[in-house]
Amino acid sequence: MMLDVAQKPAAATATSMVTAKTKLVVKDLRFFYGETEALKNVSMPLYDRQVTAIIGPSGCGKSTLLRVFNRMYDLYPEQRAEGEALMDGQNILDPRLDKNLLRARIGMVFQKPTPFPMSIYDNIAFGIRLYHRPSRAEMDDRVETALRGAALWSEVKHKLHASGLSLSGGQQQRLCIARTIAVNPDVILLDEPCSALDPIATAKIEELIDELKNQYTIAIVTHNMQQAARVSDYTAFMYLGELVEFGKTNDVFTGPRDSRTEDYITGRFG
Amino acid sequence: MNRTLYFRRRLAGRVIAAFSVAAAGVGLVFLALVLYTLIARGLPGMTLQTFTDMTPPPGANGGLLNAIVGSLILTFFATAIGAPIGILAGTYLAEYGRYARVASLIRFINDILLSAPSIIVGLFVYEILVVPMGHFSGIAGIAALGILVVPIVVRTTEDMLSLVRNDLREAATALGAPRWMVIRKVAYRAAISGLVTGVLLAIARISGETAPLLFSALNNQFWSTNVNAPIANLPVTIFQFAMSPYADWQRLAWSGALLITFTVLLLNAVGRVVASRQGRTR
Repeated sequence: MMLDVAQKPAAATATSMVTAKTKLVVKDLRFFYGETEALKNVSMPLYDRQVTAIIGPSGCGKSTLLRVFNRMYDLYPEQRAEGEALMDGQNILDPRLDKNLLRARIGMVFQKPTPFPMSIYDNIAFGIRLYHRPSRAEMDDRVETALRGAALWSEVKHKLHASGLSLSGGQQQRLCIARTIAVNPDVILLDEPCSALDPIATAKIEELIDELKNQYTIAIVTHNMQQAARVSDYTAFMYLGELVEFGKTNDVFTGPRDSRTEDYITGRFG
Repeated sequence: MNRTLYFRRRLAGRVIAAFSVAAAGVGLVFLALVLYTLIARGLPGMTLQTFTDMTPPPGANGGLLNAIVGSLILTFFATAIGAPIGILAGTYLAEYGRYARVASLIRFINDILLSAPSIIVGLFVYEILVVPMGHFSGIAGIAALGILVVPIVVRTTEDMLSLVRNDLREAATALGAPRWMVIRKVAYRAAISGLVTGVLLAIARISGETAPLLFSALNNQFWSTNVNAPIANLPVTIFQFAMSPYADWQRLAWSGALLITFTVLLLNAVGRVVASRQGRTR
């Protein structure tokens, strides 16, 4: 029954208590930067093909949580995580797990656009070439599909071999999204993807997120409360390393259960 | 508002500015004098013959062809061997060993090597290559110059890779790229002009080195491209000819000095241009 529900798009499922299949579940997650505990017993799900917004004041651990999902923290020796994070039932914190294969399934878009110093085409092809050897024509197709998926194709189709750095900030960010979806991940992590963008570019990215959730499970960290309300199905509010509240976005914003959540979303602190 | 205080500070500012300009001027004057002397003394002897004829015996006509070719051979092989080692070691320091304790030790030793007098390197090579082989040779010269290349390239490579935005590495890692792909396809590409600049600076540095060659390649009066024998080179030729009592040798020494200086200037200029291009693309 659960599976059945999960196959349908998000809107149709938001009816009962059982909402959607979980894609990724975090259980009792603790995270340390050296001696400092940055996440305290966080437990929460990411629902399949839903957008989960993670909000909270600076330093509350939202980006840290995101970086656990693709084990990005593993690049830094003084950072470590304890607990469980199950993706499709498999613990992704398992030290024996191949991190590169995991990351190929969990894409990430960063705060500042990160186009590689190569052409627009090669930016997309980079990720594809890591795990496939498509023919020239097939690669062209996949690049086009990815750029269309990120709503960038019409703007760049005549200059695919121009440097990715020649694009505007908003275009660069969509290029990064295109690069991420080109490798067909299951999950996309967005770490404040609009914080360096102007309102028009932001609106485009938000529209895009709405499109993408038909295919991908999305987690987005944002400082912008309106953005969280606009784009997400679920919202997690974090404060000082704790998950204070998690629920349907509508519920969290209209009837927060915790007074700290209420104070934050009404702008009384943060 | 305290006007006297303001005027006093403004005066102090102007005095400091004046001293800075004067100090920069002194440096430039000496550089200009050196260049002027080099051109004035070196240019008259700079003829086609300089590039076509061998180094002559005293009193005869000749050029610097064997020394120029010898220097090119030594510099080429020293760079071809030293630069890859330097780039890999710099890559270790900036990428793999970023958090390793041994990296700071390597960095420290590298900095010592970087500032070590080059004659020490010459003596070292003399002990480990020239003495066992029983004779001076181009191989020893290449080894000595190669040892000088390594620390320069290590340093510039590490510095340039450290300038690459870290989120670029994270972005490539997030796509599932293994470490080596991240470095090769993203970090190197972002730092490429800096890496090239480092190698160019190293070439500029070794092309004028004399002391290490005195103990390794020595010199050769005649045409020889055999790296297993003493090989002619510009710096030692200049040294030998400049110290000689013969006017024609001294004239050739000036020409050789001019040649080296302008090659080094050109390499530095190219290095600057390449480096500034990197600034724009980052």
